[in-house]
Amino acid sequence: MNGADEAPQQRVKPDPPGYFEGESMTRRRAFTIAAQGLGGIAGAAIVLPAVGFAVAPIFHRGKERWEAVGPVSDFVEDTYRQVVFTETEGIGDAGKTTAYVRKSSAELEEEPGKYVAVSNRCAHLGCPVRFVEAAGNFICPCHGGVYDFQGKRIGGPPVRPLDQFQTRVRNGQVEVGPRYSVTNQMEPVRARDPGEFTGGIWEYLYPPRPSTFPAP
Amino acid sequence: MPKLSDLLVPAPLRKTPKPGESGVPNQPAPQDLKDNPPERPTDYQRLGQQALEAPIESVAWIDQRLATSGFLTGMLFRKVPKGTNWFYTLGSATMIAFVSQAITGVFLAMFYTPSTTQAYASIAHINNDVFLGQLVHGMHKWGSSVMVILIFLHMGRTFFFGAYKYPRELNWVIGVVLLILTMTMAFTGYLLPFDQRSYWASIVGININGTGPIVGPYLSDFLRAGPELGATTLSRFYAIHMLLVPGAIIALIGAHLYLVMKLGTTAPPWMKMDKPKVAAPVAQLDAGVEGNGAAPSNGSGPA
Repeated sequence: MNGADEAPQQRVKPDPPGYFEGESMTRRRAFTIAAQGLGGIAGAAIVLPAVGFAVAPIFHRGKERWEAVGPVSDFVEDTYRQVVFTETEGIGDAGKTTAYVRKSSAELEEEPGKYVAVSNRCAHLGCPVRFVEAAGNFICPCHGGVYDFQGKRIGGPPVRPLDQFQTRVRNGQVEVGPRYSVTNQMEPVRARDPGEFTGGIWEYLYPPRPSTFPAP
Repeated sequence: MPKLSDLLVPAPLRKTPKPGESGVPNQPAPQDLKDNPPERPTDYQRLGQQALEAPIESVAWIDQRLATSGFLTGMLFRKVPKGTNWFYTLGSATMIAFVSQAITGVFLAMFYTPSTTQAYASIAHINNDVFLGQLVHGMHKWGSSVMVILIFLHMGRTFFFGAYKYPRELNWVIGVVLLILTMTMAFTGYLLPFDQRSYWASIVGININGTGPIVGPYLSDFLRAGPELGATTLSRFYAIHMLLVPGAIIALIGAHLYLVMKLGTTAPPWMKMDKPKVAAPVAQLDAGVEGNGAAPSNGSGPA
């Protein structure tokens, strides 16, 4: 466009608008980064509390709860007695659970003088099992899980023995406390949900949850 | 596309007739306006005329500001392939089932109490005391099964007609997310009546979630809001069921429909392709044949 006599020169990139000599960053770029940063902070200020609110119950452990279920004379060694007690407070009947309680038995090489409280929650998917006196077994109505007198799995789909509750004796009353799970060798571990294996490598594949109580 | 009768098309969308095409025959011009003055409408006639035009005028007023008539015309009068049949209505049927769930759900929410001690009683109140309550609750309950059945039939149609292929893969992905959200709705809704069946079914469902390795136990704690099913579980399921998932479903149905309109639908696989139009030979193009013969796309060139 200019005269033909002008020497051809290197094309210089024009400064972007708002650029001053010696600036490392243009105004436009500074404002873009500032606006995006502020937007990100505002978004995080909304999202993070909401997410924290929703996932907080995973890390919260409730108060340890003990409930008396009857005098020691009620429980014998060779059969179970069914007791119903509150496991979750504040929701009425839906918070109640059932356990089968007996005195520990020397025949089964258990620690003497203790009480065994077996949860009726099936270790397959959580249906309520029933102790059948005639067979001496626990039987689940949903998918046919069968457990022996101690709660060890002897048939059907369950993956581990029945859960148990901690027990103690106070003022001549047997009290049941927090739930715990057991391995196939009847070693106590922290409570697992039904369907989760216990013992060995499974302790890592189904890690213990912070919302449960330590095993006795 | 066959020409639509003007009666079916709203006035703002009608094509203006070309000169000489309109149905009114050309009137001879009046010889003398003084001798034959045109009849002037009275004020009442003018008012009546304006009243008649008011609805269409208001539509036009909105359309001038929103400019939606082009979009609506494209959407409502879009071309569909030959062989389109009743199987293509399964997607709309699923959406209608969702709309029915949304409407009945809103009215059930007016009577339902998401509390462990009152939920069952409030459902019983809806069924036994509220006028048409049993019907609306039944529509919601059975409609959920209908929606799940329809969404699977729609998925099967898409699969067996090959409608998931390029360029519609993204729509398939959105559809799969919608399927998962629908199952989430069915799962969370099942607990809400809080009777024996819903309680134990939810226990089993949460425990199945827990069997996933490593994250499973935390996932079931998240669903229950604690180590045991409690008061928070019910309100949590209620919030997911009526706030979180429906919003996501509505947004994704919008995206799903937008892609259907953008990409069009497919012909059934048994339809034969139209005979391909023959392009003019390259030699002829190079020779620079005069006139229309050079345009290869009009199909009129010599074979």
